[in-house]
Amino acid sequence: MTDKIQATINNLPVEVPAGATILDAARQVSVRIPTLCKHPDLDATAACGICIVRIKGSNKMLRACCTPLEPDMDITTEDPEIIQVRRTVVEMILSRHPNECLTCGRNQNCELQTIAADFGLREICLDSIVPDLPIDESTHAITLDPRKCITCGRCIQVCQQIQDVWALTFLQRGIDTRIAAAGDISLADSPCVRCGQCSAHCPTGAIVEYDETQEVWDKLLDPDAFCVAQLAPAVRVAIGEAFGFPVGTNLTGKTYAALRRMGFDAVFDTNFGADLTIMEEAHEFVQRFSDPDAVLPLITTCCPSWVDFMEKFHDDMIPHFSSCKSPQAMVGALAKTYYAEKMGLDPAKIYVVSVMPCTAKKFEIIRSKEMRSSGFQDVDTSLTTRELARMIKQSGINFKALAEEQPDHMLGAYTGAGTIFGATGGVMEAALRTSHFLLTGENPERLDFQKTRGLDGVKEGTAIIAGHEIRFAVAHGLGNVETVLTRVREARDAGTEPPYHFIEVMACPGGCVGGGGQPYGVTDKLRAKRAAGLYQDDQAGLWRCSHENPYIQKLYADFLGQPGGEKSEHLLHTSYRTRKTYRR
Amino acid sequence: MARMTFADLAARAQARPAVANQPIIRVGMSTCGIAAGADPVFAALNAAVKDRSLDWRVRRTGCAGMCSMEPLVEVTLPGQPAVMFGGVTPEFATQIVVDCAAGKPLPAENRVPGLAELARVAGDPVPAAGEDAPRQYRIVMRNCGVIDPEEIDEYIDRGGYQALGKVLSSMTPEQVIGELKTAGLRGRGGAGFPAWLKWNLTRESKGDEHIIVCNGDEGDPGAYMDRSVLEGDPHAVLEGMIIGGFVIGATTGFFYIRAEYPLAIQRIEKAIRQAKAAGLLGKNILGTEFSFTVEVRLGAGAFVCGEETALIASLEGQRGTPRPRPPYPSVKGLWGQPTMINNVESLANLSQIVARGGEWFSTIGVGRSTGTKVFAVTGKVKNAGLVEIPMGMTLREVVEGICGGTSSGGPIKAVQTGGPSGGLIPATELDTPITYEHLQKLGSYMGSGGMMVMDESDDLVELSRFYLGFCVDESCGKCAPCRIGGTQMLRLLDRIADGKGTTADVATIKRLARAMQRASLCGLGQGAPSPILSALRYFESEFADRLVPEAN
Repeated sequence: MTDKIQATINNLPVEVPAGATILDAARQVSVRIPTLCKHPDLDATAACGICIVRIKGSNKMLRACCTPLEPDMDITTEDPEIIQVRRTVVEMILSRHPNECLTCGRNQNCELQTIAADFGLREICLDSIVPDLPIDESTHAITLDPRKCITCGRCIQVCQQIQDVWALTFLQRGIDTRIAAAGDISLADSPCVRCGQCSAHCPTGAIVEYDETQEVWDKLLDPDAFCVAQLAPAVRVAIGEAFGFPVGTNLTGKTYAALRRMGFDAVFDTNFGADLTIMEEAHEFVQRFSDPDAVLPLITTCCPSWVDFMEKFHDDMIPHFSSCKSPQAMVGALAKTYYAEKMGLDPAKIYVVSVMPCTAKKFEIIRSKEMRSSGFQDVDTSLTTRELARMIKQSGINFKALAEEQPDHMLGAYTGAGTIFGATGGVMEAALRTSHFLLTGENPERLDFQKTRGLDGVKEGTAIIAGHEIRFAVAHGLGNVETVLTRVREARDAGTEPPYHFIEVMACPGGCVGGGGQPYGVTDKLRAKRAAGLYQDDQAGLWRCSHENPYIQKLYADFLGQPGGEKSEHLLHTSYRTRKTYRR
Repeated sequence: MARMTFADLAARAQARPAVANQPIIRVGMSTCGIAAGADPVFAALNAAVKDRSLDWRVRRTGCAGMCSMEPLVEVTLPGQPAVMFGGVTPEFATQIVVDCAAGKPLPAENRVPGLAELARVAGDPVPAAGEDAPRQYRIVMRNCGVIDPEEIDEYIDRGGYQALGKVLSSMTPEQVIGELKTAGLRGRGGAGFPAWLKWNLTRESKGDEHIIVCNGDEGDPGAYMDRSVLEGDPHAVLEGMIIGGFVIGATTGFFYIRAEYPLAIQRIEKAIRQAKAAGLLGKNILGTEFSFTVEVRLGAGAFVCGEETALIASLEGQRGTPRPRPPYPSVKGLWGQPTMINNVESLANLSQIVARGGEWFSTIGVGRSTGTKVFAVTGKVKNAGLVEIPMGMTLREVVEGICGGTSSGGPIKAVQTGGPSGGLIPATELDTPITYEHLQKLGSYMGSGGMMVMDESDDLVELSRFYLGFCVDESCGKCAPCRIGGTQMLRLLDRIADGKGTTADVATIKRLARAMQRASLCGLGQGAPSPILSALRYFESEFADRLVPEAN
C-alpha cells in the first residue's frame, strides 16, 4: 500500500499515501477542517459530526476524519450548507453542555470553547438540556464531570486501546449516553490506574486532574509550615507551553524562581531523586545480575500507574519488580529526614509539594504505609504541571521575565542521567550508565544508548558491559506492556533463559513527557520535542552519570551509608501486593 | 432424516407428492395466529379428530398474510379446492370437524378468501397487465401458510434445496453472482443496494475467512415481514444463506435475530438441526467439499443493531454502535474479516432466483426495481397483514385493491412507508408505482416493508412525534447530530403539539433536520427527520394550525 492517491480539495491538487483520510490530505494543503472528536493519537471515532465535507455536486456529506481519500475525489470543505450544518451541530453540542466556562478548569484552553468561538455563535436557539449527573472525584487523582462531556469517546479509546486499562466506558444510550467506569461504579473501585491520559485527551473539562492548588496555597499562607517543592524531570520542558514558549524549551531555572516567588521555602529537584533511584536501582540490578539464583529481568517501578497496573493485572511479576521507590517518593522521605536533620527543622512542619507531569503521583504518595517512611507522609501534595502553571498565573508572576535561579542543592543538584528520566527509555539509559560503572569501575565510553530512545512502543536492545550481554526492553503506553511480559512469561514457563535482564515501563506514551498531567494538546510531535529538551539538558550538564553527582555522594557519606544499606532500605524502598480487580 | 445426496435431491424433484386421500386441516400458527388464539383452535381440531378416530391430518403452518383475519384455518377435502376460514374459535373449529365427519358441507360462515384467490406463487405465470388475476405474487412468501415450517420434508416437497443442489453440482460462485446480476435483486433491508455487487465485493475481498450474516433484527414499528418469513418458511432463508456462504467462500454464517422473536428463533434453530441431519448443512454438504455451519445470535433489542456496522459490533460483543464506513463490512466486517450481511427477505429470494434463473426474476417488477416486495400493511386499513407484490404496482392497488381501503371506509389521508426513516405519502400521490426510485422522489423510501395507512382521523403532528420519539429512544448516542439533534427536535415538536410552538420553532426544526440528515453517522440519524420533513412538506397546515398566532 505505498500507492499515492491524487485528488482535489477546494480546487487544490493533493497527493497522499493510500489510506490517508480526507482530513490528513486537507491538512497537507493547509485546508483547515474543524473537528472536535478527532485526536492525532487516536483512531477516528466519527462522533462529533463537525468535520463533514462533500464531494463536489453530491448532496451527501462525508466525515473527513475517517473517510479515506479516493483517487480523483473532488472535495469541497466549505460551502454555505456545510457551514450551516457544522454550526448547527456545534449549537446542538452547546445546548447539552453547561455554560460554566468562567469557572471551568479548561477556560481558555478548551477545544469546545475554541470551536464555539470560531463559529461565532452568539445565541443558542435550543433549550439547555444539561443532565444532572454527579462528579466522580473518588480517585483523588482525576475528576470526572460527566455533565461537561460531549461523548466524543477519546477518553474511552485511550483508556481501552492505548492503555489497555478498560476502566472507562459508555453507559446508557441516546441522549442519556455518558462516560463512567464500567458497571457505573466509582473510578476508584474500577481498574483505573489514574494515568490521566483520559484527561490529557479530553477536549473539554469533563475529565481533569483532581485540583489541589488551594490546599497548597493554604499551606503557603501558613506561617508555621516550611514549604518545599520538588520539580519532576518532564515538567521543565513542558511548563513553558502554558506561557507561550516553544515546545521543549527547558525552563528549570525559571520554574525554581517562580516556586520561590510563590512562597516556597526551599526548592528541590526530583532529578536529584532520580539520580538516587539510579544508585539504588543499579545496585539492585548488579546484585541480581551477579547472582545466578536471583529473579531476572528486573523491572523499573518509577511509574505509579504502571505499579498500580501491575498489582492489579500482572501480579505474577511482583518478584521482578525493583523495590526502589520513585524519585519523588525518595525526595519526600529525605526532605523530612536528611534535610530536616541537616537544617535543624521540625519534620512535622515540613510540607512537601511535588510538581509532576502526572496525575497518578497524587495516588502514589498515599499508596502504602512505606510512603510514610519519614514518620510523616513523605510527600504531602502532588501537583500536576497544569496545576503549577495555573498557580503561577494566579500569582501574577511574569514567568517569561523571571531570572533563572538554582535549586537548594542538598536535594536539588542533578546529573543528565536524572533529567532523562522524563523520557521513555531514560531510566534504562541512566541505569545502564551507572551499572557499567558498578561492574567495571568506569563510565561507558559512549554515554548515549540510542536504542533506548524514541517513540517506538517497545524498544529492545543489548548493552555489553564487562563482556556481559545485558538485554533490555523499554515499553511505554500500558497497551505495549503485554508484548514484553508475554515473552518473559513464555521463557519462565519454558524454563529457558529470560529474554531480557532489565525492563523499563512507563504508563504514558512517550514516558513522563507525555504524562497525564502535562499541558494539553499532546501529540507524538510534541512528545518528541519535549524529550529532545531533556536530552539537551543531559548533554549540557556538568555530570551525566548519577554516581557522579557530588550531592548524592555526600548524601551516602553523611547519611545513608551504602546503596541498599539499612537506612536506604527503610527510606528508599517499598514493597508490592496484589490488588486484584475485574478485567475487561 | 438421513444425509442426502444429489441423487436423493433429484429424486425428490421428480417425485409427485402423493395426492392426499384424507382431509387436511391447516392452522396458521405464526406469532400473529397464535396471538389471535390459534393454539386452542389447533388443540380443539386435534381433539375433535382424535375423539372421532378420524384419519385426518391437522397441520400447523405459517402466516398466510391475512393477519387481521387470524386465527385462520384452511380445510382441504380430497378432490376439492381448499376453503379458508377466518376468525376461527375453538368451538367453530370443532364444528368444522363435526359437520365434515357427518358428511355435511363445510360451514358457510367465517369464510375468507383462500390463498389461491389472493396470490400467485413463484412458478406461476407472472400476471400480465390488465389480467384478471390475484394481485399478489409470492416469491418470498411462496410457502408461508402452505407448509409446516417445522418439517423439512414439506419444504423439500415444494422444491426446497433444489437450488442448493444446482449450485453445488453445476454452478461456480461467479455464475451465481451472474444470475443475481441478471436478476437485478436489490437489498430488501431498506437501502436497495444491488445484491450482486455486495456478494461480489465480499467474495473478492481478502481475509482469513469470509463470513455471511443474515440480518433478522427487524425493528421498524409495524413491520414484521422478516419475522413471518422466518416463522413461516425458515428453510428458504437458510437455503439462501448456504448458497451465499458457498458463493463468498464462507465456512460460517450467523443468523442475527432479535430476541423478541422467540418463535422465529425456535424455528430457525429447528431448521438448522434438520438441515444438518439431512446433510444440507455442516461438513461436506451433499457430499461435496463444501462445509458450512450456521449459528444463531440474538439481538438484545436495540433498533440500531439492524444497521450493519452496529450489528457487527453487537456480534463481536461490543456496544451496538455504528462504525464509520468505509471500510464496508464486505471488506472489513466481523472481527475484521470480509462479511456479507443480507436481510432475511433478500436471502429468501435466493433459491428461486437460482432455480428459475435471474432472467425470470428480472421480468417481475419494473425498471431497476425487479422482483417482489413484501409489505406489512397496518394502521387504519381494512385488511391489515402481509402482502407480497411485484414492484411497480401502485400504492393505491396495494392499499385499496388488496387491503380494501381504510377500516372506517372513509378516505385515505396518507400512507407511510419506510418506517421511522421513511416518509408520509399523501393520498394525492397514491397512484405512484412502488419502486425504490419513485418512493425516494416523494421524500420517503422503500425501507424494509412497513406500510402504515392513515385516515382523516389521524393527527400527523402526533404521528411525526411518534416516529421521531422512536428514533430518539433508539439513538445509540454515539454521534452528536443524532443524539442531541433528535432530542432537541422532539422538544420543539412537543411544543408545537402543545400549541406553544412558533414559526421560528418550525424553522429550527427544519435546520436541525438538515444537520441530522447530513451529519449523522448512520442511517438511523440520517433518516430520523424524514417523517417530520415529509409531514411538513405535504401537511404543513396541520402544523401551522397549532402554532401560537403571530403578533402583527
